[in-house]
Amino acid sequence: MSTVLELKGLTKRFGGLAAVNDVSFKVREGGISGLIGPNGAGKTTIFNLITGVYKVTEGSIEFMGTPVQDREPYQIAGLGITRTFQNIRLFKELSVFDNVLTACHGSAKYGLTEAILRLPRFRREEKELRKKTDSLLEIMGLQDRVDVTANNLPYGLQRRLEITRALALDPKLLLLDEPAAGMNPDETEQLMRLIGEVRKMFNLSVLVIEHHMDLIMGVCEHIHVLSFGCTLADGTPEEVANDPQVVEAYLGSDEEKKQC
Amino acid sequence: MGYIEQILVLIGINLIAVLGLSILTGFTGLFSFGHAGFMAIGAYISAIFTARLHLPFALAIVAGAAAAGLVSIFIGRLTLKLKGDYFCIATMGFGEAVRVILNNINYVGGARGWESLPQLTNIWVVLGLDIVFVIVTWNLINSRQGRNMVAVREEELAAQMAGIDVYRHKMIALVVSAAMAGIAGALMANFIQFIRPTMFNMAKSTDLTIMVIFGGLGSISGSIIGTILLVSLPELFRNFAQWRLVIYGLAVIIIMVGRPKGVMGGFELTPSGIRKSMAARRARLALEAEARAAERVAQQEGPA
Repeated sequence: MSTVLELKGLTKRFGGLAAVNDVSFKVREGGISGLIGPNGAGKTTIFNLITGVYKVTEGSIEFMGTPVQDREPYQIAGLGITRTFQNIRLFKELSVFDNVLTACHGSAKYGLTEAILRLPRFRREEKELRKKTDSLLEIMGLQDRVDVTANNLPYGLQRRLEITRALALDPKLLLLDEPAAGMNPDETEQLMRLIGEVRKMFNLSVLVIEHHMDLIMGVCEHIHVLSFGCTLADGTPEEVANDPQVVEAYLGSDEEKKQC
Repeated sequence: MGYIEQILVLIGINLIAVLGLSILTGFTGLFSFGHAGFMAIGAYISAIFTARLHLPFALAIVAGAAAAGLVSIFIGRLTLKLKGDYFCIATMGFGEAVRVILNNINYVGGARGWESLPQLTNIWVVLGLDIVFVIVTWNLINSRQGRNMVAVREEELAAQMAGIDVYRHKMIALVVSAAMAGIAGALMANFIQFIRPTMFNMAKSTDLTIMVIFGGLGSISGSIIGTILLVSLPELFRNFAQWRLVIYGLAVIIIMVGRPKGVMGGFELTPSGIRKSMAARRARLALEAEARAAERVAQQEGPA
């Protein structure tokens, strides 16, 4: 299996604090990888570095062989990396349909003049965008909700819409930041199945941050564990779960336990 | 030109500036308190073209729009990467700077102003340009570029992650709105035949912004209604001269309190707009009904 994303010696410092310190790992093409660690370990910071929201202090990020650490966020998205957010960020006042339609914009190439003059190319490409939006919403089971204002959707469906919007970019790598946060076990189970299906259907690689251990252990083929910005462990779910350092980071050391 | 006709022309001129500002403020979410500055640029360029150089009015309008657009590119490069309210403050500074600079250029009359410009604006020119710019604004907003602007307004970070070049779309909105303000300024100069820097002070910028907010952010029909009401309202009460500004202020306050999203509040008064908001309402009610049904089921199962 080839590598779709490779982080090499990635470091991010905010003033004197190293939020991410010399982290290296690979995401395999077509796989689902997990990024776990206690609160404040630097997981979301790594997502922000990959997507260009933060500038890298040291190290490199290679996406399908091309370095991306100096590019603008929208360029990185255009190359095929998209994400969802820990605290859902939808276009709240827009309908479900318009949320996805907006994100499809990259599939159309018409310019500003063509749009203002409503030239044939505009009409043709707009029709295609709408078709693409319809089919995405249908695949993701949101076809009965197209008219709902995103803000009014129930929580679980908002998560689903956010993933649908990310898929509208035809990404090669999907970054999911705590997709199951605030979900009950039933919804988490549904989500796990959805992630698996989406990956196969869209031929994606997925990197997921999660606290739900059952979700991580259930879907991920490879897990990278962080603690205080540093790599703690890296391997298959079984290897990671049996790593004494990981157990310590999550459950505390023996001495701490005695105190409790 | 009759009194009513004059008011109609004033509404038409302001409408072009307000539609432009609606793109920037209502749809892209950037507040400007300096658009009178762009109007001033259009007005003075047009005055120079028509009164000094004796060139055709059409050319003067285009030149006014181009000059305002070019200046806005410069302003945008300096300010559009600023976060939060800094853009708003920078535009305020820009508007005041334009006014002060014009105060000190004797070639265009300085602070005394510039009298007896040729009257070239008439109701047909204004009406024609209004129709053109309503269509231009409508087509822009209902294209991928327009949707991207709305995405920037709604959630800037998510827009970036959806591959939208936030800076570029803010710039498009700013330049289009500045050029439209420039056109409004050119029409204004050659309508009232007299221009003076204080006509383009911050109060004028705020007036334009109030019209956009009054009509409803993110609604083209709202901007049209806001402009018609707020330009004609002071005229309607001209008989009690000292009270008209109070009434104007009251009207604005009542709208802000009663309908904080403006008269239209993001809703479009067109067949497709009405269909869309009715569908959204139906969908929301259906969702609520489902949630209630689920709750009932849960309650029935609960005690058993």
